[in-house]
Amino acid sequence: MQTYLKWLLLPTVGMTLLAGCGQTANKTATSSPASPTPSSSASTAPAASAKTANEPVELTFYYPVNVGGPVMKVIDGMTNKFMETHPNIKVKPVYTGNYGDNTIKIQSGIQAKQPPDVAVMMSTELYTMLDSNAIIPLDDFIAKDPSINMKDFYPAFVEDTQTGGKTYSIPFQRSTIVLYYNKEMFKEAGLDPEKPPKTWDDLIDYAKKLKRDGHAGLEIPGNDDSYWMLQLFALQNHTDPKVNLMSPDGKKVMFDQPENVEALQFWLDLSRKHKAMAEGIIDWATVPTDFIQGKTAMMVHTSGNLTNVKNNAKFDFGVAFPPMKKQFGSPTGGGNMYIFKDTEPKKQAAAWEFVKFMTEPEQAAQFSVGTGYVGVRKSAFETDTMKKYAASFPQALVARDQLQYAHAELSTHNHGKVSTALTNQIQAVLSGTIDPAAALKKAQEEAERALAPFNK
Amino acid sequence: MNTVWSERLKRNSLGWGLLLPSLLILGLFTYYPIFKTTWLSLFRMDLSTPVPVFNGLGNYAALLEDPVFLKVFINNIWFGLGTVPTSMALAFVMALFADKAIRGKGFIRVAYFYPNMIPMIAVANIWLFLYTPKFGLLAHVASWFSEQEVSLLGQPGTVMGALIVMIIWKEAGYFMLFYLAALQQIPKDLYESASVDGVGMWKVLWRITIPLTMPTSLFVAIVAITNAFKLVDHLWIMTKGGPDNASSLLLYYIYETAFSYNDQGMGAAMTVVLVILLLIVSSLQFFGWDRKIHYE
Repeated sequence: MQTYLKWLLLPTVGMTLLAGCGQTANKTATSSPASPTPSSSASTAPAASAKTANEPVELTFYYPVNVGGPVMKVIDGMTNKFMETHPNIKVKPVYTGNYGDNTIKIQSGIQAKQPPDVAVMMSTELYTMLDSNAIIPLDDFIAKDPSINMKDFYPAFVEDTQTGGKTYSIPFQRSTIVLYYNKEMFKEAGLDPEKPPKTWDDLIDYAKKLKRDGHAGLEIPGNDDSYWMLQLFALQNHTDPKVNLMSPDGKKVMFDQPENVEALQFWLDLSRKHKAMAEGIIDWATVPTDFIQGKTAMMVHTSGNLTNVKNNAKFDFGVAFPPMKKQFGSPTGGGNMYIFKDTEPKKQAAAWEFVKFMTEPEQAAQFSVGTGYVGVRKSAFETDTMKKYAASFPQALVARDQLQYAHAELSTHNHGKVSTALTNQIQAVLSGTIDPAAALKKAQEEAERALAPFNK
Repeated sequence: MNTVWSERLKRNSLGWGLLLPSLLILGLFTYYPIFKTTWLSLFRMDLSTPVPVFNGLGNYAALLEDPVFLKVFINNIWFGLGTVPTSMALAFVMALFADKAIRGKGFIRVAYFYPNMIPMIAVANIWLFLYTPKFGLLAHVASWFSEQEVSLLGQPGTVMGALIVMIIWKEAGYFMLFYLAALQQIPKDLYESASVDGVGMWKVLWRITIPLTMPTSLFVAIVAITNAFKLVDHLWIMTKGGPDNASSLLLYYIYETAFSYNDQGMGAAMTVVLVILLLIVSSLQFFGWDRKIHYE
């Protein structure tokens, strides 16, 4: 009998972890209807902070790292500087893994009613955070605080902090997609290293010429968040710069438009038809490694990897706008700073001070220099730090210059499901099991199902 | 009457006292969550429903129509079929060898068992490297056959096979340990009398070794099957279930549903399905198989 018991327990114990998910889930249910009360505290927060200004406050700050490079060191340095200038506020920075892990940690915190006070999260989490009733709008802080000038932030970055006329986050760790190219390989292939490919046709042509001596001509990652890369080609293939993959309220998607089908077809053709790139799905994380090690001559990747490439590449490299079709274009990417509900008003006020400090021109410039992310506001590029950096490393300005053509990353309600629907179909196309038109139609249907409850 | 009760109390209180801590933990972390999850699976509870709505068996009905769930379920069955018999057979052969080896016995055993001493995440990273196009050893081997660069983890057709090979590598050594113990339990006189009677090697294997290690085989089979349904960490590192869900397994899909899609009701329903599945597997021990096995 004893052995029987053991048998029964074996799988049951294994299930404990699973069952745990359910348990936390139940807490969402109770927390959601109860939380509207603290939201009103946001409006009173600045006043409260004035009264309690001298009381020490401790903040927990979650942030992810999604690119190579010393991001943790830079963040620690910035928070230390903040604490020196704001002796009453203590900030505990918590590194939470990549964006996905970060979100999951924050979500479970929300469900356990212990969210961080302030966090960096993907700009695309906006609707999920709103649907979980987890964040506060920042309009009151912005209105009452003359020292923050929202017009100074690049409009492409502000685009996805807002919905329904309110601003919910402040741009912080932002990027666009750029083309990196190995100048030495350009010379070897007889190409002008100062003239990166300008159009889609150039890209095919160059990649073919560059594919020699055992290295690839071009790599475009296709496994993680493939929708982001598709968005790049899709934006470039529309004539109207206002057209994106989703509606501004995050309730509708337009995946199956002919321009998007063409865009996906082009991505596929790069490998299957033109043989300019390896077939199948190329890994997000190995692409920069391949580039640094000289296994590919060009790569299309996030500008967030700039410092990583700069520090590790042993060759002269260039950075350019990804080639255009009908227009230049790129989705923005990366994270904004959010302030959470369910904490005391004085913490929210302190969190606001912190957010403001972290995005000040000087800090934005330092963060950009240290990590490769784009300085989020125009005045960051006026600082000495940035000017000096840009003078010695003009590649750093490319992502910024591209912002005039950049638009918000795919962000909708039920983002997890909607973006996975698209990502899965892109992967199916790249691995040759379905054609672009049918795939995008399928993705569209799946996304519509996921969005249906929000369109009632 | 009283004396009977106090007698009983005396006799049993120690036993119950010793059981209590495990009972508490088991109740708190196993039975309570299972109950709670089952209850939760009857509700619609996701981002679009801030207040959970009672949904009856709606979640289960939706599961049957969810193409991804069905795909993942079938994936998991293939994965089980691919890993369980092969890793068991390999473990058995390895155990025979490790048991009989005259020289380097210790070395052989360690070599076979070592995949289990590395943390799962490290295993995933090692294999990720082996499968990386251009660098990876196995990717290289594969590219000889297909005569072009192959991304074994990046193609729906090869990704499952690649995972199966890795899991067999990892599990066989672990199961070998059980078989090794079982082989050493078999009385030596059986083999001696067989050899005196001039019985051939294959017959000995078939008539003595295999039947006498059946209890171990059953144990290993159940562990292997449940493991096949519980794999999640390697997927997280290596494929994230992709491409296009080709390598997604049940537990990973549950994780995605509950945490990436925040669909708690659906996640709970899938968890219940998985629990029932695992209970069925472990009940094989109770009914049927067990009676047909020779125990000493």
